[in-house]
Amino acid sequence: MLDAKMTRRTFAATMGAGALAALAGCGGGGAEGGDADAAEGNVKIEMVTDTGGVNDQSFNQLAWAGMKQLEADNGWEVSYIESKQDADYATNLDKAYDDGANLIWGIGFAMAEAVNNAAEQNDDVQFALIDGTNDNGAENLTGVLFKAQEPSFAVGYIAARASKSGKVGFVGGMSSETIQQFEYGFYAGIEYANKEQGTSVTYQGQYAESFGDAAKGKSIAQKMIKDGCDVLYHAAGGTGVGMLEACNDAGVWSIGVDQDQAVLFPDYTTIITSALKKVDEAVVSVSNGIIDGSIAGGDNIILGAAEDAIGIAPTHDVLDTINPDLYNEALEVIEKIKSGDIVVPDTKDALDEYIASL
Amino acid sequence: MSKLEKFLRGRFAAAVVAVLVGFAISAIVLAAAGYNPIGSFAALFNGAFGRPKYIANVIIKATPILLTGVSVAFAFKTGLFNIGAEGQYILGTTLATIVGVKLNLPMPLQVPIVLASGIIGGAALGAFVGWLKAHFGIHEVITSIMCNWIAFYLCNFVVMSDAFHKPNSTSALQVNGSSYTMILGNWKKSPDGKAFLKGIPWLREIVAKTDLNYGFIIAVIVAILISVVLTRTKLGYELRAVGFNRDAARFSGISVERNIVLSMLIAGAISGLAGALTITGISPHTITLLAAMESYGFNGMSVAFIAACSPLGCIPASILFASLIYGGMSVQQVMGAPSDIINIMIGTIVFFTALPGVTPMLADMVAKKRKEQESIKVSKDGTPLPEKEV
Repeated sequence: MLDAKMTRRTFAATMGAGALAALAGCGGGGAEGGDADAAEGNVKIEMVTDTGGVNDQSFNQLAWAGMKQLEADNGWEVSYIESKQDADYATNLDKAYDDGANLIWGIGFAMAEAVNNAAEQNDDVQFALIDGTNDNGAENLTGVLFKAQEPSFAVGYIAARASKSGKVGFVGGMSSETIQQFEYGFYAGIEYANKEQGTSVTYQGQYAESFGDAAKGKSIAQKMIKDGCDVLYHAAGGTGVGMLEACNDAGVWSIGVDQDQAVLFPDYTTIITSALKKVDEAVVSVSNGIIDGSIAGGDNIILGAAEDAIGIAPTHDVLDTINPDLYNEALEVIEKIKSGDIVVPDTKDALDEYIASL
Repeated sequence: MSKLEKFLRGRFAAAVVAVLVGFAISAIVLAAAGYNPIGSFAALFNGAFGRPKYIANVIIKATPILLTGVSVAFAFKTGLFNIGAEGQYILGTTLATIVGVKLNLPMPLQVPIVLASGIIGGAALGAFVGWLKAHFGIHEVITSIMCNWIAFYLCNFVVMSDAFHKPNSTSALQVNGSSYTMILGNWKKSPDGKAFLKGIPWLREIVAKTDLNYGFIIAVIVAILISVVLTRTKLGYELRAVGFNRDAARFSGISVERNIVLSMLIAGAISGLAGALTITGISPHTITLLAAMESYGFNGMSVAFIAACSPLGCIPASILFASLIYGGMSVQQVMGAPSDIINIMIGTIVFFTALPGVTPMLADMVAKKRKEQESIKVSKDGTPLPEKEV
């Protein structure tokens, strides 16, 4: 009987001790959070991903790479919060604010509205947004946009030069102004190559209306390949991965987007180049600017070739097998964009005007 | 029987043991991955309950999964496995958005109509699955998984349709403001409201900084109502009778077909209500283009099984689950540990609650040990011991 009682007491005591430990740990955690406050001059920046998560092999991952570089270069404290659902954006931004961050990044166009709201609500902290604009003129929000048409122009030039069938294709994620920039830049690049080389490469484009549907990307690509396209470009996130796969299966050239997708997907051996948006470098330079005060906030920053924020993938082994000079010639095209000799169109009207002017 | 043994034989024990084992295994995983488990759990707890507004956010997160949990639990009690809560939820959000965008009535009319449209959406999808089962014998698991995808793509279709798509975004238009169910709704953003709330910091924090809404109250009422219907009404008796033994139910004059359809209809209605409350209660007050299932229905299944399919048990289970999901994000933020660890913890908890034999086995062990000790005692002083003293 005594033994049984002991067991019960021991059990209760163990439980109690466990609960105490948890509580004690909790207090400790709270104190740590307080220590890391901005008041001590320690800069802390945090980012909130969209639902793609931090390993999305696209802009979230690049942004986090930029954050880690800031940690290494400046000794700043950096962390991220992943959003699992659209409903998480607001609460995650709020958590980053509570954590005493000096600068909070929202990554991706899907977060634009939540970041705009958070900036209005918390006017004592700086916010920055990748691929979205400061819509309501909040003084503490910097929208960071990329001239996506510029790297698209360069890969359009490559596509037109690499195509043997004279037909190339474009797979878009969603028909929005952001994604249309890729499309129009790409077409303009093709027309530029046509003019320069005296060719008549034609193009077709289709929108999958999804960024996450690889199967749809694959079926769109297969249809384009059946139509005779032999170089395909995409601006469609996960949907585009399906396109890359279809091209690999059919032995047709493909062009990646945002990151060097030839490195990202080593199994797909037909990726000749990728149009880069250097989100990582943008995060580094804009963060530095905001923290040192040279960027005041309240505006949108549009980055392009002139800021070295765009480019084409450094990997060009496969491209060299088609034409060993093409990579360098594409770099020259980027130089022309940088110097202003070529102004890449980003709307339908500007594209028509551009084609007419060639 | 000792108290410990009694506890282990009770309904509550399975959940508690599962939760403890879940934490223990996550601690091992965290330690193995090089993160301090105590610090991580502290971050988790702090992230879920550290501030009044975090608690408000946990409640907000618990609302939809409490309802989908009740939906799954209800269907399970009537012998059906409602894996389609996800699709019913999505259809609920979709229909609520359609109606909320197109209709703009005064709030007392608008809110019930928007909620009703979500309920009807979920109920229709649920009833369809029930009808297929009742009349063609097609298993509800298969049809409801298919219906999940139908609802998923229907939602995306509506988001992208000209009538509802918000230009240059990934979402549909927001429902009209009269559909909102936040506590103090539009008043909290008015100058009067702002001035008033400034005087009461804690209220300002939970009301102005979050989308705290009436959804959880409605969800709790639904959980209680379903519990009463199941255990105290003729309808509930018939539904459960069909679930226990279809042939016996038919023999005693209960319409099996009618009850299967009715059960799935009610289950669907509850999930649809969860969807509608998400639209009316929290920003962005609209549906967005889905890249993957958002897991409201699947999390509801976890909630239902942690609660051993008791509708009332779903209330604490949903709070537990929501605090793990919401607090889990802080583990990532504070410790840098991947949120996948939280998913491992949740997975472990669900896994162990799904093993109903574990806690009775523990009870048997306790009982055996007690008997051994008793026999020693008895042999020493020669008198048997009264049960209650042990």
